[in-house]
Amino acid sequence: MILNQREAARLPDNRGYFGGYGGRFVPETLVPALDELAAAYKEAKASSAFWDEFNSLSHSYSGRPTPLYLAERLTERGGGARIFLKREDLAHTGAHKINNALGQGLLAKRMGKKRIIAETGAGQHGVATAAVCAMFGLECIVYMGEEDMHRQALNVFRMRLMGAEVRPVASGSRTLKDAINEAIRDWVSNVGDTHYLLGSVVGPHPYPEMVRDFQSIIGREARQQILDIAGRLPDCIVACVGGGSNAIGIFYSFLNDKEVKLVGVEAAGRGLETGAHAASLGAGRVGVLHGTKSYVLQDGDGQIRETHSVSAGLDYPGVGPEHSYLKDTGRASYVAVDDSEALEGFQLLCQTEGITPALEPAHAIFYAAKMAGSLAKKQIIMVNLSGRGDKDMDIVAGALGVER
Amino acid sequence: MSSIASVFSRPGHKALIPYITVGYPSLEATLEVVPRLAAGGSDIVELGIPFSDPLADGTTIQKASFQALQNGITLQHCFEVAGQLSQKVKTPLVFMTYFNPVLSYGLDRFCRDCAQVGVSGLIIPDLPPEEGDAIEAMARKQGLDLVYLLAPTSTEARIKLVAGRGRGFIYLVSVTGVTGARDKLPRNLSEFVARVRKIATQPLCVGFGISTPEQAKELARIADGVIVGSRIIQLMEADRSMAEVARFIQELRRALDRPDGA
Repeated sequence: MILNQREAARLPDNRGYFGGYGGRFVPETLVPALDELAAAYKEAKASSAFWDEFNSLSHSYSGRPTPLYLAERLTERGGGARIFLKREDLAHTGAHKINNALGQGLLAKRMGKKRIIAETGAGQHGVATAAVCAMFGLECIVYMGEEDMHRQALNVFRMRLMGAEVRPVASGSRTLKDAINEAIRDWVSNVGDTHYLLGSVVGPHPYPEMVRDFQSIIGREARQQILDIAGRLPDCIVACVGGGSNAIGIFYSFLNDKEVKLVGVEAAGRGLETGAHAASLGAGRVGVLHGTKSYVLQDGDGQIRETHSVSAGLDYPGVGPEHSYLKDTGRASYVAVDDSEALEGFQLLCQTEGITPALEPAHAIFYAAKMAGSLAKKQIIMVNLSGRGDKDMDIVAGALGVER
Repeated sequence: MSSIASVFSRPGHKALIPYITVGYPSLEATLEVVPRLAAGGSDIVELGIPFSDPLADGTTIQKASFQALQNGITLQHCFEVAGQLSQKVKTPLVFMTYFNPVLSYGLDRFCRDCAQVGVSGLIIPDLPPEEGDAIEAMARKQGLDLVYLLAPTSTEARIKLVAGRGRGFIYLVSVTGVTGARDKLPRNLSEFVARVRKIATQPLCVGFGISTPEQAKELARIADGVIVGSRIIQLMEADRSMAEVARFIQELRRALDRPDGA
């Protein structure tokens, strides 16, 4: 398939498809709610007042624009291309997740929904949602896998401090996938007064489009910033991919810039060959999970596989349908980085730049540093540093065998 | 006439449609319980193919699906069991499962194998008609009825859509919620059934939350059949001899046959 650049920027179509991916595979109860949401979003998307409020709060509440930072010592260590970091870790609540939470929070207000539910893996989306709900005075319930609550205990506490109710999910693998199942069940049961504030570019239409649009503020800023700083576009953009919201967020403004290479980094966990990973694009096949058709990690019978990654935020067996489309069309390429490499990337950024990344973008940092060495010094790599690592201290300490 | 259509061809007869999860608590239990469900007066039996992420299901069926998969149940087992059962009982069998296992197996192959083992229909709760074109055509080719669902939230336009495309019967989801035994029927249920009845000519069967003969009796007055799942699973758990389930099915049958009597 040859990608028509302009067409790519216009997707999805009116049925929510990016080429053969996307759509709406949900229980009938939710279809009218998705129709209502799609209609409300379409109206909001066309309203300059809506975007004025989004942009204004993005600035005054979230702290945008986030800086684009030239990581000189990391560049030195890479020994090649210059590495720029898009500092989403500096956004309010510590990750890019606030962009989407803010956008959907505004939309929920517009729709008159008083009760917000969300799922969370690493807790970053949960924290962002809890923050936005506190600010808007909305009721907030966050579903989180028991396993994730254990490994991201700090974020559980943060959510509770901001008034959110965190509901543990004990079914299945007790991680992000199961939290989404439970959030969907809640939504099916309370669809009248509840908005489901889904945290990534996954799920049924219109979520992949809507979440992308809210996150595309990252790439819009970054494109202008690199033009201002370097006078040209980067050669390559690297971002980690679980569901894929930070990656789409930074890729989207560059889709039409054919000369900019787009690389998504998935979690190879304990190694692709072990089966204990979360590389849906690298090792999955086309399926339907959580209402959307995309690459999915599944067994021969179509049962969804349990995944593993050291980072809870990448620990998901599906991926946004737009990424599947970008993979098939060749516009973006997808690689995988394993747990120990991610930990190496984590330490590398701490040591060279005094920046503690979340374990999710630590995958992208590792890959970018490695890639930089194979490129010329005049070339530019831009990494989406999607979140900060405070939440991961216990995991990193444990992995490095450090007593705390 | 399809075997499902013939169930509804008897005037005044109300269909009793129990659901069980294949392989829960064991394959042997499935093979044993279905003939008893048939003998107790069931008109159609829904065989649930377990799926890892059953997002329309409440805790009872979630647990049953999880356990069945832990037991190593595969699609192959489900087809084999259906084949054996369709030899043993005359009651039409339908598969209920989520879309991914079907997609993974291959839509065409899935429909062909269903027909081959004597399955009469398919219910896929996460497949609204907008996404159903491809499998609908293949199901039709194999003489399988693809049953669509409607919910209390469905608009008139969506009722028309399903009325134009649903085969066999229309599955009315009684509640805005997931599956699972409930004490009471929702208050606005008869209004919902009437809303669909105005538009659709298909038989209307109500499921989700139906767990007592009293509820079945109430539904017999407004619908063409009832679907009972979680309560059956619970009774199979409580009494492995299946005597409880057999008695429950007979009670439901009586309630449906004499909706006005005591």
